[in-house]
Amino acid sequence: MDSTGIVIGFWVLSAITVVSSLLVLVARNLMHALAFLVLAFLGMAGLFITLSADFVAVAQVLIYAGSISVLMVFAVMLTPLASRDNGNSLYVLPGVVAGLGIASLVAFVAVDTEWAERTGAALAESDFASTVGEVGRLLLGRYVLAFEVASVLLLIGLLGAIVLVQERRRAATQSPDEAADTGARDGGAL
Amino acid sequence: MNLPGGDEVTVTLAHYLVVSGLVFGIGTTIALSKRNAIAVLMGIELMLNAVNLTLLAFSRFSSAFPAGEEPLSGHAFVVFVLTVAAAEAAIALAMAVLLYRRRETVDLDRVNLMRW
Repeated sequence: MDSTGIVIGFWVLSAITVVSSLLVLVARNLMHALAFLVLAFLGMAGLFITLSADFVAVAQVLIYAGSISVLMVFAVMLTPLASRDNGNSLYVLPGVVAGLGIASLVAFVAVDTEWAERTGAALAESDFASTVGEVGRLLLGRYVLAFEVASVLLLIGLLGAIVLVQERRRAATQSPDEAADTGARDGGAL
Repeated sequence: MNLPGGDEVTVTLAHYLVVSGLVFGIGTTIALSKRNAIAVLMGIELMLNAVNLTLLAFSRFSSAFPAGEEPLSGHAFVVFVLTVAAAEAAIALAMAVLLYRRRETVDLDRVNLMRW
């Protein structure tokens, strides 16, 4: 990990990720915070690439920067009368203390521990041309049970989200003019 | 890589762990201190992302696995974390929309029905 490109890439991408995360915290507008969150996700995907994790980096861009952020935009748009400022609650001081404590604890342990890590030539020996094949073999080999459970979990999550947000059918028990009245009210509220 | 002064610069496991700890701490702060339910979810996603970075960094640098012995287990773990994060985000945002329908707000300070 001492080639010039990786060193520069690591520092630039770390700066992008950490600064964007901080901007999510301090942004005044919820939509701006969301945009910085996407930037943090993309910086994180770049960090994954510097760790030669190409499959996970692409999955990160597709799932986090693509789907989850679009889902969050939808959630913001579906709550139009709610406040759009990115305000803090009463617990901002405990939150900052907890965040600083966790970050400094992790940093201290990471720097202070003598990790049994590969360096130099041993690290270069463990390079993969592409991780996709090996990850696929692991997912459908040793971890096939967890893989199937994860697929069932995704299916249940999908069905649960649909069941939770579906509109209740009240029109069947109402007369047509009442239904039209309700529809007009709902339209007005939106 | 060598600096002009002759010092050697390299990136080690500790660098990645420090970045991961910083992002996790920021995510914790966001999750604890934001008022909007969607902003809280953003903090949780940042925390999950920091954990992914830790898993991948250990997978890359750790010498616990001798050569050729499942060196990519960390990557498989990250795939599962991504799956669970996607399901969790879908359910949590559905709950935020449901909350908005009931109370016309997603302000968590005003959702205190169960406060004693």
